[in-house]
Amino acid sequence: MEKNNVHIDRNEVVIHVDNVSKSFGSLHVLRDVDVKLFKGENLVVLGRSGTGKSVLIKLISGLLTPDKGHVRVLGETVNELDERALRTLRQRIGFSFQNSALYDSMTVRENLEFPLVRNKRNLSRAEINKEVEEVLEGVGLSQAINQMPSELSGGQRKRIGIARTLILRPDIMLYDEPTAGLDPITCLDINTLINEVQERFNTSSIIITHDLACAKMVGDRMVMLLDGKFERQGTFKEIFDTDDARVKSFYDYNFIV
Amino acid sequence: MGSKIEKLLIEFARIHRFMMSFLREAVSPPYEFKEIIRQCYEIGWKSFPLISLTGFIVGFVFTKQSRPSLEDFGATSMLPALISIAIVRALAPLVTALIASGKVGSQIGAELSSMNVTEQIDAMEVSGTNPTKFLVSTRIVATTLMIPILCFYVAGIGLIGGYLSIVGKDDLSMLAFFTQVFETIAAKDVFAMVIRAVVFGFTIGFASSYVGYFSTKGTEGVGKAANSAVVSSMFLVFVEELLIVQLLALLN
Ligand SMILES: Nc1ncnc2c1ncn2[C@@H]1O[C@H](COP(=O)(O)OP(=O)(O)O)[C@@H](O)[C@H]1O
Ligand SMILES: [Mg+2]
Repeated sequence: MEKNNVHIDRNEVVIHVDNVSKSFGSLHVLRDVDVKLFKGENLVVLGRSGTGKSVLIKLISGLLTPDKGHVRVLGETVNELDERALRTLRQRIGFSFQNSALYDSMTVRENLEFPLVRNKRNLSRAEINKEVEEVLEGVGLSQAINQMPSELSGGQRKRIGIARTLILRPDIMLYDEPTAGLDPITCLDINTLINEVQERFNTSSIIITHDLACAKMVGDRMVMLLDGKFERQGTFKEIFDTDDARVKSFYDYNFIV
Repeated sequence: MGSKIEKLLIEFARIHRFMMSFLREAVSPPYEFKEIIRQCYEIGWKSFPLISLTGFIVGFVFTKQSRPSLEDFGATSMLPALISIAIVRALAPLVTALIASGKVGSQIGAELSSMNVTEQIDAMEVSGTNPTKFLVSTRIVATTLMIPILCFYVAGIGLIGGYLSIVGKDDLSMLAFFTQVFETIAAKDVFAMVIRAVVFGFTIGFASSYVGYFSTKGTEGVGKAANSAVVSSMFLVFVEELLIVQLLALLN
């Protein structure tokens, strides 16, 4: 499963989480976390449940603000932007939620149109329809266009969620546990989709997961969150070639149990 | 103690921010007309059966209960006047607001909090769109428009209920009944009714949206939000009724 058309530019940093700490009350979730995402790469963030992986990408998209440090995305400091500037920046960041977060009172078409018509106001009806159909076809779900989210399977919902973010042609994609709760075959499909997105649109992505098969398949580089810090970075091999019991147990759980 | 006061102050600050962002989003284009109309339909039309029944029963029962005391003074001919004053000045807005608190308030509270729990609100936020504008402003505008309309309807159907409860006893034609009703109701009564209904409608929309939008995450948050949307709407409606009554007394 080699990737072909991937162009990673290690001189261009698209996201820099710069010494960021975040606590909720007395719970210190992230401590002086520092990580960079390079142009065109898929960065996998590994870590056990509750270690702050979702908090990390919520900081990147400005849903949460850091207690300390800076989050720089595409040259802007997220935590210093005003509302309008933040909204503009967000159009360039796609966010795929763990549970897809489809708007359940709207059809698939309306879900996809929602960000499009509100961010690109001068599009004609025909252009909107074309965009929606194109993006749906890209995730292989053209037939679902008039269905309600409740009628879709978990894997389909995930695809629609990804399609809804792709419709704004983002430069960055943030995937929160894209394969969680899916069967192995569907996982494979989603992983393939993530790689396709990377190749086709040259997006830079952060993929959060604790599924090592997913990590191996989509990740160009990995970091592992342990006790609020990224203590290990590198390729799959580099990360797991260690005596650290916390890392070993993570590996064992995925491949032995 | 100190932390309780602090919490309360933080809550007030948040309510204030929510109010400000509603006002800003409600008046600034682009407007979400389609969604406002959909909400008016959800809020107004779907409350129709319940409102009809309640309005009718209130008019019917109130009239039936009032008649004996007027009969003691031989003043049953005053009944239409009494009913119309009671309904227009107090019962119609209050009944509409209380029913809507239950029906519409719980609906808004549950909808918004389940969207919050399932991260749909966050999803709107991160796609560069404005959830306050789409979810909150539309609902508040819809309740503020629909509660007054429902209130007029309740007044009408309440009066019909009142008429039907006495039609067998007093030899009063429908025309005579309603002539007396309209002679009694002054323009300022109708005006006061509309003011009340607008205030109540805004309150129900605002309180329920606030409670739903900031609900705690988790499944039990949805139930809690629906519940406290109803409780806080009703509570605020009663408090406002008290204030409005005092205010109107002062003005007269
Ligand atoms: N908005 C919040 N308020 C309070 N605590 C939070 C909030 N978001 C996350 N947390 C806490 O932070 C920790 C990390 O959460 P999260 O990033 O969701 O974990 P995960 O790595 O599984 O995605 C958890 O203990 C969670 O309870
Ligand atoms: Mg998570």
